[in-house]
Amino acid sequence: MSQATRYVLFAIWVAALAATPLWADNYTVRLAIIIAMYSALALSWNFIGGFVGYPSFSTAAFFGLGCYAGALTQKAGLPMVGAWVFATLFVGAFAAVLGVIILRLRGHYFAIASFAIVEVVRLVISSWGDLTGGGDGLNVPLVTGGPDAVAQTFLAVMIVIMLTVFAVTVFVDRNRLGFGLRCIKQNENAADMVGVDTTRYKVIAYTLSAMFCGTVGAAYASWTGYIDPSDSFSVLMTVKVPVMCLLGGAGTVFGPIVGTTAFLLLEEFFWARFLEYNRAILGAVIVILIFFLPGGLLRISYRDMVKRLTGRVSQGAAP
Amino acid sequence: MTILQTLVNGIVLGALYACLAVGFSLVWGVLNIINMLHGSLIILGGYLTFFAWHSYGIHPLLALPFVAIFIFCIGYVLQLTLINRVVNEPVLTTLTLTFGLDLILYNIMNVYYTATPVRVTLDLGIVQIGNIVMPVDRLLGMALALILTGLLYVVMRGSRIGRAIVAVRMDRTAAELMGVRVDRIYAVTFGIGALMAGAAGAVFSMVYPVTTNLTGAFLGKAFVVCVIGGLGSVPGALVGGLVLGIIESFAGQFFGPQHALTVGFLLMLFLLVVKPTGLTGIKGYE
Repeated sequence: MSQATRYVLFAIWVAALAATPLWADNYTVRLAIIIAMYSALALSWNFIGGFVGYPSFSTAAFFGLGCYAGALTQKAGLPMVGAWVFATLFVGAFAAVLGVIILRLRGHYFAIASFAIVEVVRLVISSWGDLTGGGDGLNVPLVTGGPDAVAQTFLAVMIVIMLTVFAVTVFVDRNRLGFGLRCIKQNENAADMVGVDTTRYKVIAYTLSAMFCGTVGAAYASWTGYIDPSDSFSVLMTVKVPVMCLLGGAGTVFGPIVGTTAFLLLEEFFWARFLEYNRAILGAVIVILIFFLPGGLLRISYRDMVKRLTGRVSQGAAP
Repeated sequence: MTILQTLVNGIVLGALYACLAVGFSLVWGVLNIINMLHGSLIILGGYLTFFAWHSYGIHPLLALPFVAIFIFCIGYVLQLTLINRVVNEPVLTTLTLTFGLDLILYNIMNVYYTATPVRVTLDLGIVQIGNIVMPVDRLLGMALALILTGLLYVVMRGSRIGRAIVAVRMDRTAAELMGVRVDRIYAVTFGIGALMAGAAGAVFSMVYPVTTNLTGAFLGKAFVVCVIGGLGSVPGALVGGLVLGIIESFAGQFFGPQHALTVGFLLMLFLLVVKPTGLTGIKGYE
């Protein structure tokens, strides 16, 4: 498929999402909002996980911080859009400072640290009851208008966020920055040797991967009107988003969009039929993904599938 | 509560943490895999022990070895059939795979056992020395945890299989050239990791209520203990467990129980950045 066809298909897909209020019921509109929201999150994760190849599992921390930053500033009197912008900048700054500290770690240690960040932020938010309402959660000023109008507004908002992150992805992909990030993915020491400022590049990628999660979180808080720590900082989300990205193809421009869509439609399908087993099915999707689609849906290769099925550990070369 | 009482509570808790984390540490150290299944395997051990006791009246101490062996088999088969195929891939792949397996196991347990907290109540009474009070079942749990951890140490140091595991950890290729069947050793290692998780779960079910909602919490403890003590060694896990137990106990006493967890995680993040080899600084699995 040529690059131009992909862009056309993407445009059709966005138009279809945006047009859901015209032809579908509220439930479908809600699904469209969720798809746009997770697409933005998966595209964000792609900066650090896809381009740089760092196993970051801190999406939920940024999303949750965005929820709380947006909700609290909105309660303090800032207009809604102002609160979203504040949340974006706040989470971006948080990630930049954090990145300088934890991006020195590699591999397993980085993965563990990024998990721990989610836990620490969640624990701090839930024990800081005076400010955040603790485990009782927080009510966010509701958007005026009927349910239909609210759904349409937030559909538009999420799609705009998604398109923004997409535009940044395309920009990074074609830019020096994207090239540098890919160099780091292939061999960090070598990239450092030939003059890529690895620390700066990694911090930029990490910040990019965080700030839009903050926007999405703040918009989500305004949309639902109520947030609590267990909903905002869910471990499931922190793994789901990378899985979506991997499902489509990490490090590509369209992969996160394809992966998110496939994942959410699958989830929707199974959720409706096997409510009790939905987690197990998510697990099965992950297992199938790892064994049969190592490069994601965009890079399906039947030869690799057969190899994987018959492969033995002693024959595999270390990467 | 006196300081001494808090310290004793911390040590008892720490021994349990060490037992809980040592299998996770072994798998991470030898296979280079972050085993997200660990928390669920602990809970599975706890549930099996509870239901053996509750439904058939089997004493937990009697059930423990069988539960442990059963979970060893699960771990062995999982590693041999699934995880071995991707064991050389980057952490993102292996971690995601074990997380997927964890979701499946978690879901099955939730459906069969529901998430109701259950606990084996042995009613062994309490002991009092001076003004330190301690329930006997906790002391029993601590003793069991230390015995199990010690057993693993002996197996690692003394047995043929233990030496082979250490050899694979030190240099995979060299071990393979010396005739060690690496894929089998991986499976045995993962099995032992699972076995320790199951045994720890059995011990936990005698001391605290277990429920599927705790899988994440236990996994988090395993992370923290591993990083604090240093990766992939029994003494490391023991030091890490005891340090975490004592710190949590004191933090709970001084800052309130809701902050005990935060302190543990912050200590871990600090050590990760400052000294990733942990407090003991041991690198190999001895």
